[in-house]
Amino acid sequence: MNVVTPFEGIGASVRRKEDLRFLSGRGQYTDDINRPGQAYASILRSPHAHATIGGIDIAAARAMPGVVAIFTGADMPDLGGIPCGWQIHNKDGSPMAEPMHPVLAVDKARFVGDAVAVVIAETKAQARDAAEAIEVDYAVLPAVSTVTAATAPGAPLVHDAVAGNICYDWHIGDKAINEAAFAGAAKVVEFDLVNNRLIPNAMEPRAAIGDFDRTTDEYTLYTTSQNPHVIRLLMGAFVLHLPEHKLRVVAPDVGGGFGSKIFHYAEEAIVTWAAGRVCRPVKWTCERTESFMSDAHGRDHVSKARLALDANGKFLALHVQTLANMGAYLSTFATSVPTYLYATLLAGVYTTPSIYAEVKAVFTNTVPVDAYRGAGRPEATFLLERLVDVAARETGIDRIEIRRRNFIPSDAFPYQTPVALQYDSGDYQTTLDAALETAGWASFEERRAEAATRGRLRGIGISTYVEACGIAPSAVVGALGARAGLYEVGTIRVHPTGSVTVLTGTHSHGQGHETTLAQLVTDRLGVPLAQVDVVHGDTAKIPFGMGTYGSRSLAVGGSAMVKAMDKIVAKARRIAAHLMEASVEDVEFDRGTFRVAGTDKTKSWGEICLTAYVPHNYPIEEIEPGLDETAFYDPKNFTYPGGAHICEVEIEPETGITTVVNFTAVDDVGRVINPMIVEGQVQGGVCQGIGQALLEACVYDAEGQLVSGSYMDYQMPRANDLPMVSVATHVTLCTHNPLGVKGCGEVGAIGSPPAVINAVVDALKDYGVRHIEMPATAAKIWGIINAGHRLAAE
Amino acid sequence: MYDFEYHKPGSIADAVKILSADPDARPISGGQTLLPALKHRLNKPTSVVDLSGIAELKGIRKEGNKLIIGALAKHHEVAESDVVKGAIPALAMMAGTIGDTQVRNRGTIGGSVSNNDPAADYPSAVMALDATVVTDKRRIAADDFFQGMFTTALEPGELLVAIEFPIPEKAGYAKMRNPASRYVMAGAFIAKTGGKVRVAINGAGPGVFRQTEMETALAANWSADAVAGVKQSAEDLNSDIHGSAEYRAHLVTVMAKRAIAAAG
Ligand SMILES: Cc1cc2nc3c(=O)[nH]c(=O)nc-3n(C[C@H](O)[C@H](O)[C@H](O)COP(=O)(O)OP(=O)(O)OC[C@H]3O[C@@H](n4cnc5c(N)ncnc54)[C@H](O)[C@@H]3O)c2cc1C
Repeated sequence: MNVVTPFEGIGASVRRKEDLRFLSGRGQYTDDINRPGQAYASILRSPHAHATIGGIDIAAARAMPGVVAIFTGADMPDLGGIPCGWQIHNKDGSPMAEPMHPVLAVDKARFVGDAVAVVIAETKAQARDAAEAIEVDYAVLPAVSTVTAATAPGAPLVHDAVAGNICYDWHIGDKAINEAAFAGAAKVVEFDLVNNRLIPNAMEPRAAIGDFDRTTDEYTLYTTSQNPHVIRLLMGAFVLHLPEHKLRVVAPDVGGGFGSKIFHYAEEAIVTWAAGRVCRPVKWTCERTESFMSDAHGRDHVSKARLALDANGKFLALHVQTLANMGAYLSTFATSVPTYLYATLLAGVYTTPSIYAEVKAVFTNTVPVDAYRGAGRPEATFLLERLVDVAARETGIDRIEIRRRNFIPSDAFPYQTPVALQYDSGDYQTTLDAALETAGWASFEERRAEAATRGRLRGIGISTYVEACGIAPSAVVGALGARAGLYEVGTIRVHPTGSVTVLTGTHSHGQGHETTLAQLVTDRLGVPLAQVDVVHGDTAKIPFGMGTYGSRSLAVGGSAMVKAMDKIVAKARRIAAHLMEASVEDVEFDRGTFRVAGTDKTKSWGEICLTAYVPHNYPIEEIEPGLDETAFYDPKNFTYPGGAHICEVEIEPETGITTVVNFTAVDDVGRVINPMIVEGQVQGGVCQGIGQALLEACVYDAEGQLVSGSYMDYQMPRANDLPMVSVATHVTLCTHNPLGVKGCGEVGAIGSPPAVINAVVDALKDYGVRHIEMPATAAKIWGIINAGHRLAAE
Repeated sequence: MYDFEYHKPGSIADAVKILSADPDARPISGGQTLLPALKHRLNKPTSVVDLSGIAELKGIRKEGNKLIIGALAKHHEVAESDVVKGAIPALAMMAGTIGDTQVRNRGTIGGSVSNNDPAADYPSAVMALDATVVTDKRRIAADDFFQGMFTTALEPGELLVAIEFPIPEKAGYAKMRNPASRYVMAGAFIAKTGGKVRVAINGAGPGVFRQTEMETALAANWSADAVAGVKQSAEDLNSDIHGSAEYRAHLVTVMAKRAIAAAG
């Protein structure tokens, strides 16, 4: 009898295993967890952007009903500061300024939302009531909220010891070669632009529960994290001085992160430490308003760019100067974002031979800024793809043509860029052709003319991009200042009856790993998907892991699983050889069946697994029982997804309202494991990119107050702001990982913003617009239309 | 949210008794404005008087050439009511665009008008239609009722009971939404009632106001062109991260044109 099993391996759009749990309300998020005897924490936050703290009077608050304890920074003299995970060096070789980031502000509050004290009480409301009764003696100081203000002469200092508010003044590339290239250029295009600051807004606000067992001295932290082992390392080693074996970190279901849940936050250390102090579990759940002022923000660059071209429109050299906002303190990966995740991507998909980039990281009185979906690569892509469009316009070369002339040809891989990276594979002409075809680029002028009959300004825009993900080779990032290795860990635990539990050091918070990673096992071992479970997010269960960010889970975590499966298969073949009385070399394995090559002698997967755990007839002297293998995989290079995004917009001139009418993404994300999940990831990323381009603006006023501090003023994209996004893939395989995968989590957010703005600028081409800063709101666009004179009419 | 006493009286008289005995008591209708304020601890009432059990505050009916809407009528009920659709279709249309489905199924006309948020929808309809606000004590003309940002003629403890709308010959409403909150950024409700034209502008200024130049222009010539020629001054209009006063002033004219087009 033939049993037809559905194909569930690599390439199958199987439904997500985790969705039944999520869609039926059975997810277990941190806030769903309640520990016996739990108390609640409320954090008192600074209402001032910059103020010295003369004293904190907790007497009245301490006497309030239900209060268990109140702690301030003064109660934590032995705790370390919140560490930064990446040390950048200045142009002169000296290390960056790294001011102490105390868990609770001690003598100065440095941003609105800075944690000043914590109240632990029997109920959430009691904790909050008491927090309001704490009297803090603030002396308000002048504040700086933008990089421009913070770098102005005589600007107030965020940290007294950091001159000019400069965290580092870093560069990459060869300045002399760059200057020479500009000197010989036929044309130089200059361009200033801003990459707008964003507030991540994961659907699930952050939460943390600290628990302490005084009989074992063990601490447990439940937290909304993308990387529980990293939190254990950072918090245990640097802040609380707890050894790993006494500290368990659990990141259960997490409702979206987009980068903002990578970092080690003060609240995690506060609840863990406080649990030990009060000998009770302590729970903290962030309110949405609190999220706005305490989750790390994203982007916030101000840049000047110059592009040198020869007479044929070939790019000769690029010079970029960027001021990057760090906020008030250095968040975990903040320093790496505008350097090694940004400036190294400034070659883009082009052969520009010389690139010189200078980046100053600047302290301001704002929430710390760190990685947010794309982290550095959206900033690089936006700068480059806007600059290329401006260059096209100013040289009179068609914007598609100028891109084609400068593309790295598909036979030039591996390709060494002048900014450190070596791209392993890509095919930019093909992704461009496919996108142009799908988007109907050639017939656009007809649609523009038709829109004009309805009084609408229609525009089309493109971006062709590459990004770097799958971070990262440990030795390389170590040489660049990373204070951690960036390998990944996978365990394949085969059970006696043949089902499999995968333990992965990556973490799924919306990406669908429980499905995609299981598909790898099904594909390789032939075990039905229903018999493969993926476990993640608990340092007590998973050997180790560096977590999920930088689209690394499949490329690095999946590769670790492949290595572990190699070990499983090797051992299983030895067992099969013994049972079939054959030599190991002659035993073949293909999806569930072991066969002596060229014979009909076979053993099934189940038989081998059972034998491994019931080793009655077993070469026990030579092979250990069991079938459970762990592998650590350190990637050889970054991976380089790329592609082309095309956006079409319509503007209503009377109001300035922009509608995205079409969006086409053709991405090369390497081998596709689950096409449905890839499509979802790209669509989600594109929606965030459209949000950045048209809607989202994090605004601080000159006093450092967060003006866009709630959904009343911060515009998250809603369904009716977004088009149907057409997603297609064109595959070139990654050459250095065993799966050939590149990563798809961030491409949407990286490729889309310049495509949108290029389309808006195109729609406004008769108004003499050279650039429009993000977000291109209706008010801004109306301002341009209102102020501009139609060029045609002049 | 701070602790408070909860009352659910069954009559206007009982509600007023509680409210007038305690200046820090607050009535609650749909709670779509008051509850968020309580949750953010922006408001600390001693007690909250739930009006939802008071039958006298309910109902939508037509009497002669008046449409009378009880204070507790939910936005959704107004949007779906055949009586409203027949009498003042622009009002039903407006109600159907307030907030989202959840908000429309809780929020009430009485709560919205009492609250007088400058970015709310209803106040412009009440003003342009020259409606009368009926309270437990008196009848107040729209022109006297709205007194600027979050301020009305209601005295402490006074309850809005119903709103009486004269039925117009023509009425239309158009608005531009605030991109983030989706409340009104600039809106215009225009009505012609008994031959008289009234234009009420919401969202753009610190409170709903009448645009008398447009009223004059429309009285002479009821057309979109007539309002297109009237430039709203930007002086005293709101300016914030979502748009300058100039932008809002411009939108006032655009929305007025659209309101006329909608009114027919
Ligand atoms: C997400 C969201 C979106 C929204 N969008 C819009 C929008 O686009 N346009 C818009 O216009 N509104 C909008 N609103 C507000 C909504 O329309 C509210 O329903 C309305 O503002 C208040 O009505 P309520 O019945 O909920 O009043 P409540 O919140 O119960 O009360 C509001 C105030 O009025 C007082 N009050 C209530 N009833 C009476 C009465 N009978 N007499 C005297 N005082 C009374 C209360 O004490 C309180 O001060 C939105 C609200 C939310 C939450």
